[in-house]
Amino acid sequence: MANGFFTDTTLCIGCKACEVACKEWNQLPAENYHLSGMSYDNTVALSATTWRHVAFIEQIGNGSHATAATDGANRPGAQAVSESIRQQPGPQVRSGDGLLGEHRWLMMSDVCKHCTNAGCLDACPTGALIRNEFGDVYVQPDICNGCGYCVPACPFGVIDLQQADGRVWKCTLCFDRQKEGLTPACAKACPTQSILFGDLAELRARAEKRVGMLHARGITGAYLYGGPDEHTSVGPLNAFFLLVDEPHVYNLPVNPQLPQSKVLPAYLATALTATFFGVATLYTLLAGRRWSKNPLSAGFPLRGMREKTMRWGVRRNRA
Amino acid sequence: MAGFPTRAANGRAGFFRSHVGFIPNPISKRSQRLTPRITDANVAVSVCPYCGVGCSQLVYHKDGRIIDIEGNPESPINAGHLCPKGAATYQLVNNPDRPTSVQYRAPHSNHWETRSLDWAMDRIAQLIKTTRDATFQLTNDQGVRINRCEAIGHIGGATLDNEENYLILKLWRALGIVHITNQARI
Amino acid sequence: MSFGRGGATTAQWDLANSDCIVIQGSNFAECHPVGFRFVMEARERGATVIHVDPRFTRTSACADLYAPIRPGTDIAFLGGLINYVLEHEKYFKEYVTHYTNAATLITEEYKDSEDLGGIFSGFHEDEHAYYTESWSYEGESMPRAAQHKKARTGETFAERVTRTTQAPPPRDETLTHPRCVFQILKRHFARYTPELVEQICGTPADVFRQVAEAITSNSGRDRTTAFCYAVGWTQHTVGVQLIRTCAILQLLLGNIGRPGGGILALRGHAAIQGSTDTPTLYNLLPGYMEVPLESEPTLDDYLAEYTAEGGWWHNFPKYIVSLLKSWYGDAATQENEFAYQYLPKLHEQTDYSYYPMMFGMVDRQIEGLFVMGENFAVGGPASILERQALRSLKWCVVRDPVHVETADFWDMDGVDPASVETEVIYMPAAWAAEKSGSLTNTQRLLQWHDQAVDPPGDCRSETWFMYHLGRRLKELYAGSAEERDQPLLKLTWDYPVEEALEEPRALAVLQEMNGYRLADHTLLSGYKDLQDNGGTSCGNWIYSGVTPAADANLAAARQPDRAGAFSNHQHWGFAWPNNRRILYNRCSADQDGRPWSERKRLIWWDAQAAEGKGQWVGYDVPDFELHKAPQQPPDTQGAGMAALSGADPFIMHADGKGWLFVPHALRDGPLPVHYEPVESPMPNLLYPNYPHNPTAVFFERPDNPYNGAGNPEYPYVITTYRLTEHHTSGAMSRWNTWLAELQPALFAEIDLQLAAEKRLQTGDWVTVSTARGAVEARAMVTARMRPLIINGRTIHVVGMPYHWGPGGVVTGDIVNDLIGVVLDPNVRIHEAKAFTCNLRKGRKGQKDGAHGAENNEVATRTRVDLHAELPEGGIINRFGSEGAEMLHRTSLAER
Repeated sequence: MANGFFTDTTLCIGCKACEVACKEWNQLPAENYHLSGMSYDNTVALSATTWRHVAFIEQIGNGSHATAATDGANRPGAQAVSESIRQQPGPQVRSGDGLLGEHRWLMMSDVCKHCTNAGCLDACPTGALIRNEFGDVYVQPDICNGCGYCVPACPFGVIDLQQADGRVWKCTLCFDRQKEGLTPACAKACPTQSILFGDLAELRARAEKRVGMLHARGITGAYLYGGPDEHTSVGPLNAFFLLVDEPHVYNLPVNPQLPQSKVLPAYLATALTATFFGVATLYTLLAGRRWSKNPLSAGFPLRGMREKTMRWGVRRNRA
Repeated sequence: MAGFPTRAANGRAGFFRSHVGFIPNPISKRSQRLTPRITDANVAVSVCPYCGVGCSQLVYHKDGRIIDIEGNPESPINAGHLCPKGAATYQLVNNPDRPTSVQYRAPHSNHWETRSLDWAMDRIAQLIKTTRDATFQLTNDQGVRINRCEAIGHIGGATLDNEENYLILKLWRALGIVHITNQARI
Repeated sequence: MSFGRGGATTAQWDLANSDCIVIQGSNFAECHPVGFRFVMEARERGATVIHVDPRFTRTSACADLYAPIRPGTDIAFLGGLINYVLEHEKYFKEYVTHYTNAATLITEEYKDSEDLGGIFSGFHEDEHAYYTESWSYEGESMPRAAQHKKARTGETFAERVTRTTQAPPPRDETLTHPRCVFQILKRHFARYTPELVEQICGTPADVFRQVAEAITSNSGRDRTTAFCYAVGWTQHTVGVQLIRTCAILQLLLGNIGRPGGGILALRGHAAIQGSTDTPTLYNLLPGYMEVPLESEPTLDDYLAEYTAEGGWWHNFPKYIVSLLKSWYGDAATQENEFAYQYLPKLHEQTDYSYYPMMFGMVDRQIEGLFVMGENFAVGGPASILERQALRSLKWCVVRDPVHVETADFWDMDGVDPASVETEVIYMPAAWAAEKSGSLTNTQRLLQWHDQAVDPPGDCRSETWFMYHLGRRLKELYAGSAEERDQPLLKLTWDYPVEEALEEPRALAVLQEMNGYRLADHTLLSGYKDLQDNGGTSCGNWIYSGVTPAADANLAAARQPDRAGAFSNHQHWGFAWPNNRRILYNRCSADQDGRPWSERKRLIWWDAQAAEGKGQWVGYDVPDFELHKAPQQPPDTQGAGMAALSGADPFIMHADGKGWLFVPHALRDGPLPVHYEPVESPMPNLLYPNYPHNPTAVFFERPDNPYNGAGNPEYPYVITTYRLTEHHTSGAMSRWNTWLAELQPALFAEIDLQLAAEKRLQTGDWVTVSTARGAVEARAMVTARMRPLIINGRTIHVVGMPYHWGPGGVVTGDIVNDLIGVVLDPNVRIHEAKAFTCNLRKGRKGQKDGAHGAENNEVATRTRVDLHAELPEGGIINRFGSEGAEMLHRTSLAER
């Protein structure tokens, strides 16, 4: 069975220790020094040099968190929220476990999902992407030639090309540390054990229990994202999450799909077309044989072609 | 590269890898031999220099260089965990911006000059003596012995070891320095 | 002050045993994330976590209950809780009656602030100071110390101790006598109703009631509540009284000295507890002993001043004589008062604390300055003044591992370096990993760190610097017969040095602090072995016992307990005093020595133990005489500990009680009073004649202007704070690319309503100004900040982190430039958590709102340097590090 991450966002305090511990262990450079304006999140997204990323979602002030969520109050156009605040200045302060009620500041540490059916791995033409002995998706930097085919193949937008060095990079799930039984850097650093590392079966069992517990505490919105019951084409995720709001609130795809799942119908269409033209060609050839009895027809080239085809076929059979 | 299999040779395996995902691509020699960099490193137990929580750290070092700093799982305070600052301790010690020589700025100068440690120690001892000898108050008006050198001050201590604070306050008191303060007051 | 010692009463891990945790005056999750794991653990076990704060922070996000509060009104809030507890009779009756001074009678002369409209009896208007005679226990003589020390600070641990004369003060254990502390307290806080709290603090009354309900239902025999605070409570002109209010509340609820209870002070620096225990502070000697005054010309005068007749401080002579022996060795003899005359003595009326010192620098009374590991040109309050102070010096030595702004003051603020005389020597210092030594953390725990590698180049530890400087000075002064040079020449200064760098052995220094028996030079096993006849030497009595033998360093003890409910990890580090983890833990048992409940068992009396002699046993080192039975009456003729009964748990106090009412020693009253911050937009609803603390320390100077109270030019309340991603002045984070990228720029947090008024969007430039100066920042418009309705008026709070300066990878304006100098009268800490400001759109030097369109771009200085933080040569080749490789472009061909 594989090893993976269980990231429980109900325990995340948004400290970003995971981001730094990851950079420290993997010796990744700082990326940029931009104030994003997106709450306390200045890393903004996973990239070739940021393999853990903590998202911050402010849901404060006006009750319905599902709607308030995506448009954090700090974006331009927050005037509408502002109006509603002005109308009800008395603060509603019950924040219930940080999860209930009107005020929530959601925090989630995102990472490569190490999918069961990994689009990147499928797209890699060089064999640089492997599924390693721990069941995780790993880019072998000595093989990667930077073609970048894997980049659009990831439904989560995780894997990224590093312009400076021309290769792709992403979370290795601390492949090197796992080789000697060490916990990956992010999970080890996480002060509140929001990030757990371990055997997937155990993690999943633990996660299911946790969801049940949270439901019992009244946090009925808690659910697993990428858990064992995932029915998308990426399958269950080796790095899965406990969320308390819709996936899109955390900037996660609601229904992640492998690009190749769309390739299949196209493939069938191509096959159908090919069959049609193949049949047509065969018919032409067979008909041509009959027609070749007609001395006026152009028999030579056709016959030569048929011989060539047969030779190729023989060779293939031998191989 | 020897043994590098072509994609065509994968055949059915390639199909499974793509669509089921459990048959691995070939693992390179590098991937096979990969080990964490702290394998065979020496380790020292330290304390995080940032806040007052007192997290225990493991400082891995090799050939006189620190190669990794992480939390100490034995500690009842941090159990191996660190915050982002603690996790960034590595960059305090290994930082290209870190100065490693004494810098001197002469009065009215607009630049720094590099000086030797020995020069600085001598210069500082001289500065103390000059200021102290010129301003020292041995007794007050009533003849009570007061031993005060009010013209020299000291700021800092809350980032330093107990032993360092001890030597600071011991020597400064012996010199009569009374303007002594640190971050506990701010 | 309320309990007798200056340190957190509990250990961080004990928070996991709490049933309710109130975090107020602290942004625990952001500033101490790893300590916060114990709060999360308690929460997961079902505890209620409450955050009371002006801002909805990452701590609030993790709390069960968030209560907004206007900065600087915490006394009103806590006073409201006290009133709630008293009014609803929710206090822990037995605990309060037996373990606090609730029953003690106060003199008839005492007049409360409720009687006098905002001041207590003894106030001298012209001096802005109190004479504290009337705040005494009935029949008690006034300690001389408190009578003439108006100009000095009252440190929490070393406060004047009460002298009981002959008989103990009269008590009324029915708590009904009108002059007993309990009744005084009731009257004092009667006006602090939930409605008043709402009017002053802006906390909705129903939310306040929820907090009150949570803490009262989680306190008592079977349950405990803990309070956690940080500089959100100390950086006020009423800072000490604020913490006092919490102490009163916790005593009433019976939460001191018990598992899951206590008051946890969260300290912001690795050694801030250590640097007050071993004090680089003007007024203290090691172990919270006072520096002598001119009015104490002889050792006898000094001892008479500080030696208590009852309680632990009866041992004072042992500690000071042993300190003098450790500093002056054979030169300290019985005949020469143990070299007492070598100590500097302070002038009573002169204030040597931080700010007067700074003004002394500005006024060129101070010529030379040492700065060690403190970037105060950025992180110091009133930082404009601090840089001016530096420019007024003749010479300055800055020691820091980072080239901090404090070394560059001569090239800041647009001044011409040629006009700055100061001679500056910057010396690179070593980090903790490059030296050995001990650090004392927030829970008084000494932890040893081992040196991993030598520091690079000329970087050196302060141990190295001080030792070798002392050596050179001794050489420089060698042969001097001058009386004034003898303290230096006779100073003991022999430490073994190690290896090529000639680094003194830090352990030898710690052993000097631990103390020796001089006859045979054996190490002491604890301060109980100290003598007052010169037979022992001890550099810091509270650390005694840390190195009980040549081969034993308990600071380096690293044996954690296996997980358990009341695990106190006795073999992990060394906690002063005497390796005690929870202070005043005698309170965890009832007056008969039985645990208050099974669930909250910590220490208890075992009459069969010690061969029938009886002994206190349990999960911690008892903070009590080991064999004193709970029923033992006090020996009223006895001195020291004998004067305390077996049920007097606060052994540092002469009466053995926790102090709800502080008889003297505080400069601003025996009980806390709500005063507004000095710079407040609001009048004092309770005492209109006394808007702010009448004893606050002002510095009326042209270079320290005040905004004034209620000044419409500065209509907004501002509070300053830290972020998880940075550390104080940024010296340890702005040069660190991994941290710098996480919070790259200075911002001001602004509520939606104010933003709408000012037409601000996130990312716009704003300029925030006070009478002292102006800083520019990016606006962060967020509903996490909320306007507060204070007595019908809308008050906006602006929040600014203070980590930026002109140096480092990410730069920004210095927020502390906004702060003025006005101080708490007791500990001389300034008011940085609540003052007023103005705010406008646009950059400094721009007109309001000008060039608004250009300002929408959210970007700060960018420096993408892939190789910036990597060691040369790359570590991939040596260590096979993942990812580092990408930075070194190891090509496929090389493999």
